[in-house]
Amino acid sequence: MRIVGVSELTRYLKDLMAEDYLLQDVWVQGEISNYTQAASGHRYFSLKDGAATLRCALFAGYRARPVRNGMAVFAHGRIGLWEQRGDLQFYVDDVRDAGVGELSLRFEALKARLEAEGLFAPERKRPLPERVQVVGVVTSPQAAALRDILRTLRLRCPLVEVILAPALVQGDGAAEQVAGAIDALNAHGRTDVIIVARGGGSIEELWAFNEEVVARAIARSRVPVVTGVGHETDFTIADFVADLRASTPTAAAMAVTPDAAVWRASLFDLAGRLDLAMAETLEAQRDALALSARRLERASPLRQIEDTRQRVDSAAQALTLRLGHLLALRREALRADALRLHALSPLLTIARGYAIVRREPDGALISSVGQVAAGDGLNILLSDGRIAAVAGPRLPDEPDINYESHAGAQSKTGERDDIGKAGRGLGAMPRARTRE
Amino acid sequence: MAGQPFEAQLEELDSIVTSLEDGRLPLEDALALYERGMRLAKACQDRLDEAELRVRRLRVVAPDADGQEMFALDAFETDE
Repeated sequence: MRIVGVSELTRYLKDLMAEDYLLQDVWVQGEISNYTQAASGHRYFSLKDGAATLRCALFAGYRARPVRNGMAVFAHGRIGLWEQRGDLQFYVDDVRDAGVGELSLRFEALKARLEAEGLFAPERKRPLPERVQVVGVVTSPQAAALRDILRTLRLRCPLVEVILAPALVQGDGAAEQVAGAIDALNAHGRTDVIIVARGGGSIEELWAFNEEVVARAIARSRVPVVTGVGHETDFTIADFVADLRASTPTAAAMAVTPDAAVWRASLFDLAGRLDLAMAETLEAQRDALALSARRLERASPLRQIEDTRQRVDSAAQALTLRLGHLLALRREALRADALRLHALSPLLTIARGYAIVRREPDGALISSVGQVAAGDGLNILLSDGRIAAVAGPRLPDEPDINYESHAGAQSKTGERDDIGKAGRGLGAMPRARTRE
Repeated sequence: MAGQPFEAQLEELDSIVTSLEDGRLPLEDALALYERGMRLAKACQDRLDEAELRVRRLRVVAPDADGQEMFALDAFETDE
């Protein structure tokens, strides 16, 4: 036998309850009694039915509806053990009026089921078409929601066309009519997007949009569906299944259409740019034309001829200048030559008392005694005239004159420049050596 | 041209303007584009100015021989 302490046992019980899935997430139906509210804001009450009572705690911070004794409610929370007292306690986090509460439970149950089925999955959501021409609207022809939608479309984008698929939006058969209208718009096949709308109301009034038949119709719609049901705070099953949930019918109308004011602005901008671009194109063409004309003119043969003529003129001018220069140079050189020639002229030598002797009749220059025989005719040139003579016999040599050396110098008279050098360098150094 | 979505016309106009702004078109093409652009701009403007929301009501007439649903679009008078 094992003996355990009270704390140990209650702790064990508490752990046991904590592990029980059902006890941790449960809706309990009952009637409220013994309701008290503590200064801390925590509320305590009992839930009872004909046979049993359950102690409940609703802590401050949970925004449950106000409750009162005798009220039939659904309460949600978890079952636990209050160790200090050993009491079983229901820790409540949500309380709903049983009338409405039943609808809520059905709502939660359907929501959980469809969610598990994947109908709310984000990847199922289709983007709304970018170009909407026809908007299908599912709502009551009398509904304020329809007036809101049409007013919004008129102001925002009157270019679209509206096809109303009328349906009751509350009361018996409303859900089936809404579903039928969605199907009909799909079958008709002309709408680009469907708005399912209803104005604000109580949960009972909005109930059709929490019915499975509507959820299924939205889920199978080939045309993307936008819901605009009730007010911003109302969420329906239809909202969860729809491709887009808009907070109100007006918001739904805005969501499916572009703002024509933006189009107006774009159009204004584009029209202005169109004119400007054309003006610039023309300007550019005009410039290109002018440029071509200038190039044509430049490439013209007349122009080439002109150019060539100018080049010839200029070359001729240059040639004349250059020729003049060359002539001047030549003239100068000639003058220098003439002067030098004059200096070397034998006539000058003759003037100093020398004579040039030629043999007659052949005119050969006599530079050696061997060229003349006694009796030969001679022609003696002096500075101021000529004398004819006849050679006599050869005379004996004059002892002071070195004839050989003189003859060598005379043999080099072929080049002017060499005369001076040869004269100076005689007997001193052979000419070839001086170049080394 | 009127059968097109408004956006399509606006986009065509946009591409025309872009081509013209590029400035590399032969003059004849540029003129033709400009003319087309002017017509588009005018058509768009007219559509915006003359647009009046058209609302019609879908009515299921009767299934035909194949069980296919038939529809009619009725005029729908709005109070505005």
